[in-house]
This record gives sequence, C-alpha cells and structure tokens, in this order.
Amino acid sequence: MEAENRHPDPSCALTDSLLSIRRLAVGFETDDGLFRAVDDISFEVPRGRTLGVVGESGCGKSVTAYSIMGLLPKPQGRILQGQIEFHDRDQSLDLVTASQEQMQHIRGGRIGMIFQEPMTALNPVHNIGRQLSEVFLLHKTQDKREALALSIQMLHKVGIPSAEIRAGQYPHQLSGGMRQRVVIAMALACRPAVVIADEPTTALDVTIQAQILELMQSLQDEMGMSIILITHDLGVIAEMCDDVIVMYGGRIAESGPVDRIFAAPSHPYTRGLLKSIPRLDAVRKSRLNVIEGMVPALADLPSGCRFQNRCAYRIDACAIQPPLATVGAGHETACHRWRELPPLPAATA
Amino acid sequence: MSAPLLEIQELRMHFPVRTGVFRRATKWNRAVDGVSLAMQSGETIGLVGESGCGKSTLGKCIVRLLQPTSGRILFEGCELTALRQRQLRPLRRQLQMVFQDPVESLNSRHTVGEILSEPFVVHHLGDAGSRRRKVHELLDKVGLPSSAADRYPFEFSGGQRQRIGIARAIALEPRLIVCDEPVSALDVSIQSQVLNLMLDLQREMKLSYLFIAHNLAVVKHISDRIAIMYLGRIVEFADADDIHLHPRHPYTQALLSAILPPDPTHDRQRIILQGDVPSPINPPPGCPFHTRCPHATDRCKSDVPTLRVAAPGHQVSCHYDF
Repeated sequence: MEAENRHPDPSCALTDSLLSIRRLAVGFETDDGLFRAVDDISFEVPRGRTLGVVGESGCGKSVTAYSIMGLLPKPQGRILQGQIEFHDRDQSLDLVTASQEQMQHIRGGRIGMIFQEPMTALNPVHNIGRQLSEVFLLHKTQDKREALALSIQMLHKVGIPSAEIRAGQYPHQLSGGMRQRVVIAMALACRPAVVIADEPTTALDVTIQAQILELMQSLQDEMGMSIILITHDLGVIAEMCDDVIVMYGGRIAESGPVDRIFAAPSHPYTRGLLKSIPRLDAVRKSRLNVIEGMVPALADLPSGCRFQNRCAYRIDACAIQPPLATVGAGHETACHRWRELPPLPAATA
Repeated sequence: MSAPLLEIQELRMHFPVRTGVFRRATKWNRAVDGVSLAMQSGETIGLVGESGCGKSTLGKCIVRLLQPTSGRILFEGCELTALRQRQLRPLRRQLQMVFQDPVESLNSRHTVGEILSEPFVVHHLGDAGSRRRKVHELLDKVGLPSSAADRYPFEFSGGQRQRIGIARAIALEPRLIVCDEPVSALDVSIQSQVLNLMLDLQREMKLSYLFIAHNLAVVKHISDRIAIMYLGRIVEFADADDIHLHPRHPYTQALLSAILPPDPTHDRQRIILQGDVPSPINPPPGCPFHTRCPHATDRCKSDVPTLRVAAPGHQVSCHYDF
C-alpha cells in the first residue's frame, strides 16, 4: 500500500533542489491513539523558486511546514519516518536527525518562517525594533546598536514608512498589513535560503493581500530565496507559484508545474476544487459544482486512496493507495484512473 | 416597482470611544456613517468591503442587535428603529441572522434539537410533538440526518454547523436573512455546498438575503445587486454583473483587480492600493477614499461626494466618471 519510490535518480534531484523531503510521515499521539497527519510524502523544493502547497483543513500542509522547521508540538507530535534533507552551502543535513544547536542555527538563519496571524507571531510586550534585533543578535552580530540599525534597514526594505519611528512601536500600534510586513522582515532578516509562508495573507484584506504578495515577489527577485507557500487559496497559488503540491488527507494527491495543474488537473480532488470555486465570470445564482461529503477528520480517513469516499470515479482498486503516476514532465498524480478522467470542458477554465 | 421589503435611510452607528478617568466619550467611531439602501422582496443584496468598513455593524443594526445612533430602518413599511424590544418580537420572526462562526453562535451545551426548537419556544409556537417534527423537517431541508437532533454542535464539522445555523435562521420562515460572512470560515469544497443550499432555500422559501462578505467573487455569485462599502459608507451600488463588468468607483476597481482567479495564465492589470484603510475614528475629510485613490484631486480632499446615479440602476459616490 505504500507509494513507490518517486525518485528513480536521486542524484539529479540533489543538484537543483534545496530541500528533499523523502517518505516523511508525522504522527500525533492523542487519547484515541496515533494519527498520521502526514503520511509518506516526498517532494523537492527547487532553488529560487516558489513551491505552493494547497489543501483544505487537516490535509497536513501546515504539519509538513512545522516538520521542516522542527517546530512540531511536543510531546504529541513526532516524525515517524523519513528524511528532510537540506542542501545548503555545499553540505547536506538531515533536519529530522539534526541536533538542537544545528536547528537553532538553521531556524531563522537559513530557513525563515512567515506565520498566518501576525498578531500572535509577534510578542505584544516588546517593540518592533527589539524583536527584529533579536534575530540579528542570534545569528549575525553581538552589537545591539548594529542589530537595531540592521533592523531599521530591514523595515525599510519591507516597505514600512518612517521605519525609525515604527521600530519603537509595539505590535498593537500597527495595522494588520504592517504587522505582516514586520513578520516578513523577521523571516528574511538573515537572508535565508528558503522561507516557509504558512497562509501569509489569509488574515488580511484583499487589497492588503495584493500588497503583501507583491512584496514577497519583489523580495524573492532581489534575494533569490526559495519560498514554500502554504495556502488553501488556489488564486494565491496561481498568482505566486512555479510548482504546486495538492494535499489531501495527509498525502500528496497531485503535484507538478503550476500551469499543468491548472490546465490539466489529473486528480479528481484537484478537479473538484478547481470547479467548486465561484468565479466572477460564471453565471450568477447558478448551482456551483461541489465535492460531495465533507473533509474527513484524521480519525476517519479511509485506508487506500484518502479521497475515495468523496470521489465520483471510485472503483474497488481505490482500497489500495495509488502510487504517484507520471502524467507529464514533473507532473504526478496519485489516482488509479487518471487516464480515464474525462477531458476538461475548456469553457469552465 | 413594489414597496421595498427593507429600506434603510441615512443610517448612522457611532460608537463612543471612552478615555480618561471619567470614561467620557471624547471621540466617536463612525462605523456606519449615513447609509441608505432599499431592498426588494426575494432579492439578494451583497454587502462587500474590507474589515472595519462597517458592513457587519450595518447588518447588526438591521436585526436590531445594535441600536443605531440615527437614521431609519423600515421593514415592510414598519419603522424598526422606533420599536421597543417587546414590540420588536413579532417582527423578529420575519428577520433572522446567520453568523460567520457557527462555533460561537451555537450554544455548545444544547443539543441541535434544542437549538432548533428554541425559536418555536420563544415565539410560543406548537407543542413538544410538533416542534420535534419541525426540527426533523428543518434538518432534512438543510441536508442533515434527523439523528443530528440528539447530538451536540461540537460533534459536527464546520460546514455542518453552518447548516445548523441556517436551519435555525429559516425555522420561523422569515422573509429576510442577514448573513454575516456565512461561508468565509469554511473550506473551499464545503463553501460551494453551503452556497448551493442557500440558493436552493431562497428559491423554495422566497427568502431575501443581505449577504455580507469580503470575498467579491462569492458575493457576485449569490447576489442580484451589490453594495460596496468603504469607511462606513456605500461607495457604489449596482447590479452584480454591472459591478463586475463596469465598476465605476476606483475602490471597486481596485477590489476587483485584487481578486486572484485560479488561473495562472490570467494576465491582468493589477491596481495595488497604497497604504491602509484609515481609522473610522478619524476619517479623512472630503472623499473617505482620497488617501488611497490613484485618481485623487484637490477637490476630493475637501468635497464629500454623494451617492449619485451614474447610469440606470447604478449609483456611485465619486466626483468623477472612470
């Protein structure tokens, strides 16, 4: 029932990818037993590109991010199997087995993180300058003055007007968009090789979302970091990402270059998601396409293909987890019947 | 045109901002600042705006969860704002609300059956037996099994809880339901199920909706007309297709351009607004949008634009035509 090894030639993946996640499984210990929030997933994070991870609540997208950061809630959460190899500056390190000191250096230094809710990500009792300085003091310099100067420079960079004044202010004095800019400044302070953004714009208004996404893109152009963008919003994925992974029930349903996933989705779940989004150019008050049923809780996941209970194309073979099949260049899907899926009506796209 | 089902005239809701030792109101938060709107029976009006624009406050004023500062709300010609709470009760049957967060809006200590029979108890309708039958009917209507009646809200997923919230709102067969962000807390695949349910119920029960949300694509799908709010005022009000195809207010244009369609080949000119929404405690003089408007002139800084008819059925609050 396990997926086949996805990488026939791992050496080629080593050269251009920054992170290689191999057969990662993450479990959570609860009163009702162990649940696998992430179950045997493998993927690569290419250098300098943006990888989107999309899925609904409980699909394991955030747990994947927290595993990379070594921030799983302890003691309930733990990595059950797999490697997270970080190929940085000519050396490779498995983040699963890395020591606390190594992780402390990597976290914030080489891998930055942008959280969903900037109000909870920032400490309410310290001013902005002090919080940002902390990152520099941990990773760059011993001198507090220099750290503050670097912080102000960083605030300028993320587009905060009158940064010198803002540095002396507290999170509650800033608007939501400003706070998210501060969080981005913290994540990028040490010029990390990769930044993980977990729903970075979900808590923001649409006009502010546009500002933040533009900022992330321009900073990537300038600094060349990879971005792992975790979101439930396919619009954000389409706008920002080069490659995308669609997750469902702790597994990868489909992955590939963003144009392929949107133009030729080859998993019934991806298709269902794309069809169920209300679009501006659709006929008003028409019935929307739906995916029947509900997003299953981890305890209720079926064995075999996770999506089978909600899938219109279910067959007996779906009781066995389908291996990732190659649809096209870099495009893989975990569906037994992907070849048989009807062609997409062009009009709905 | 028949008499409107709901008519709002110059509605204002100003919250006092109390400071100092004596908690005196030194400033006012002008959450809703002069909104007028008329709604026909059976119609859905979408109310769109960003956080802090006053859209939820307006919704709460209409169902009288808040007592507005000034202005009139007429429901079927009857002035709600002048009624006492007791006089309001019979009207409440006609006027219901669905909240954003079904976790907070459903009492976690009551079974779903108790939650759904409460409207009948409050209004002294039917006996225990008929209420039970009604509850089962309601559950069936919103697509939940009748066994749900004996379970508690926490046993349900977000989408199912929102169905329970909707069942409660339609229990007394109201004419108007104010829906405050009813699908924004739901997963994408569940959102469309709930929207379909709302469309079905509208057809079946001839409901009118005031649909409050920030997602313009969702609102456009479900609404007949859309009102765009900014800083406590309506800046544009028109037919939903008109808003989409011919937006006239620069703010509406920016909102539309900020929508990210799920299509990577989509090439569009994006208008990125600078800065943040100003505080409704200290709104800018003149046009409230002038601080972020790409087309602002000196006139916008001093003259407050009024909502004017720019085309048949299309109102806009801007000095200029774009």
